[in-house]
Amino acid sequence: MNAVVLDVQAVDKRFDGVKALSSFSCSLRHGEILGLIGPNGAGKTTFFNLVTGFIAPDRGTILFKGKDITGAPPYRITNQGISRTFQNPRLIRQVSVLDNVLLCFQNQPGEKLRNIFFNWWRIRGRENEHRKQALALLEEAGLAHKARDPAVELSYGQQKILSLVCCLAARSEVLLLDEPVAGIAPEMTERILATIRGLPSRGKSVILIEHNLDAVMTVCDRAIFMDAGVMVGEGPPDEVRNDPRVIEAYID
Amino acid sequence: MEYVLHIMILAAIYVILSVSLNLIAGYTGLLSIGHAAFYGVGAYVAALMALNVHSGFLINLVCAIILGALLGATVGIPSLRIRDDYFVIATFAFQIITFSVFNNWVALTGGPMGLPGVPQPMLFGLSISSHVGFLVVVGIVCAITLSMTQRIVRSPFGRVLKAIREDEIFAQAAGKNVATYKVLIFIIGAGMAAAAGVMHAYYISFVDPTSFTTMESIFIISTVIVGGAGSLWGPVVGAAVLVLLPELIRFLGLPSSAAADIRQILYGGLLVAFMMWRPRGLLGEYTLPGVDGR
Repeated sequence: MNAVVLDVQAVDKRFDGVKALSSFSCSLRHGEILGLIGPNGAGKTTFFNLVTGFIAPDRGTILFKGKDITGAPPYRITNQGISRTFQNPRLIRQVSVLDNVLLCFQNQPGEKLRNIFFNWWRIRGRENEHRKQALALLEEAGLAHKARDPAVELSYGQQKILSLVCCLAARSEVLLLDEPVAGIAPEMTERILATIRGLPSRGKSVILIEHNLDAVMTVCDRAIFMDAGVMVGEGPPDEVRNDPRVIEAYID
Repeated sequence: MEYVLHIMILAAIYVILSVSLNLIAGYTGLLSIGHAAFYGVGAYVAALMALNVHSGFLINLVCAIILGALLGATVGIPSLRIRDDYFVIATFAFQIITFSVFNNWVALTGGPMGLPGVPQPMLFGLSISSHVGFLVVVGIVCAITLSMTQRIVRSPFGRVLKAIREDEIFAQAAGKNVATYKVLIFIIGAGMAAAAGVMHAYYISFVDPTSFTTMESIFIISTVIVGGAGSLWGPVVGAAVLVLLPELIRFLGLPSSAAADIRQILYGGLLVAFMMWRPRGLLGEYTLPGVDGR
């Protein structure tokens, strides 16, 4: 068994008296793809927000590679190696696709003011390096021809792919993908799923939220079904899918 | 000829103000109504030091920039924790407080009487007394401001600023410490505005509160909007246009009593026209928050 990279222990989160998550625990092993399914309002996105520091849990602990990251600010969590995408892709719309990817590299010397004025040659070298890597990532994702276009001109599906590319540029070990294939044409879905399937071979571990159960079946090693902030079922995707409670939730 | 040089010097001072506000408002999306306050602090620091300590021009310039930057940090750190509209109000409050201090701390600032008799600047043993000499000095400060701005906005640091302007949440998710970037750019902008204040104090050789009112802040915002927020050269053009335009009114042969009012009408009209028909300004690529009705 691979080592646990992300360990979420009994987290609670309430919003105005509504329990979004109650005593929710789960862990992710290195190289694993974990699917998170459940009806709207089950607490899936809240779970992502907790892990990535956008909201702090009321109780519980979140460990990343054994280190406590509970309540750390989002930028620090990304710096340490957890990246996320959003259900509605978030990007810098008015700048180029390439610049969106370049933004996501971590620890860039050119982001420090003193380097801009006293160390610009080092910045230039690193920037060229990043540019090459970014273009390679875009090439692989089939977006190379769009690299110079403003991100706003991408289709919805392409924006979702770009979000994924951004996580790769950040070189995160853990990727949290919020509905990576929702609302996307079938051929594009195939492309995204193939990319996700290839992530473990790059040393990544993934948690994905998805309503498309077929997608979950094809890419995930394990699935968790949650409802009203608690884990209802957990296991191999096909078992979870055949759980009567899951069937009931999805038929309703 | 003197007159033309005078206009060019004024334009150069406003270019510094416009370019520095553009870093804050145009590139980072933080609309500040307190820019004239930093401008005033620079002017008062230079005038007070020149009059009381008799220190040299360069020392005064450096001290004014440092003080402006420190004040920028003092104002920026608390007010940048709050969002959008509230930040605008916080900078507005800062502007009003600063004006009150200029106007009422008579022992230090001379109150409404101001500080007359700022001596001519001395640089490397040369007294800068002619318009040409002064234009060179202001031109150099202006060029330094512009090249620093260019460095900043074309660097990865500048990329983060634009990300903050477009989508703060995405910038955080991309691993950027948004709060730190905002405070840093606010400090840099404040320091640059203070440098413009020093130029003003030495050039006019008189400092009084009426030069640093809320109207002045709004005028600086107008130069950014008309020129084009979020572009390097936009504010340069904006400052030049708005400084030159009212001068043209002089040649219409209107009575001088009417000219001042017409100037205000012109600014107001121009601002409304730009917001309605060209919110991106002459050269801009970005619309200031709120201007396009978002």
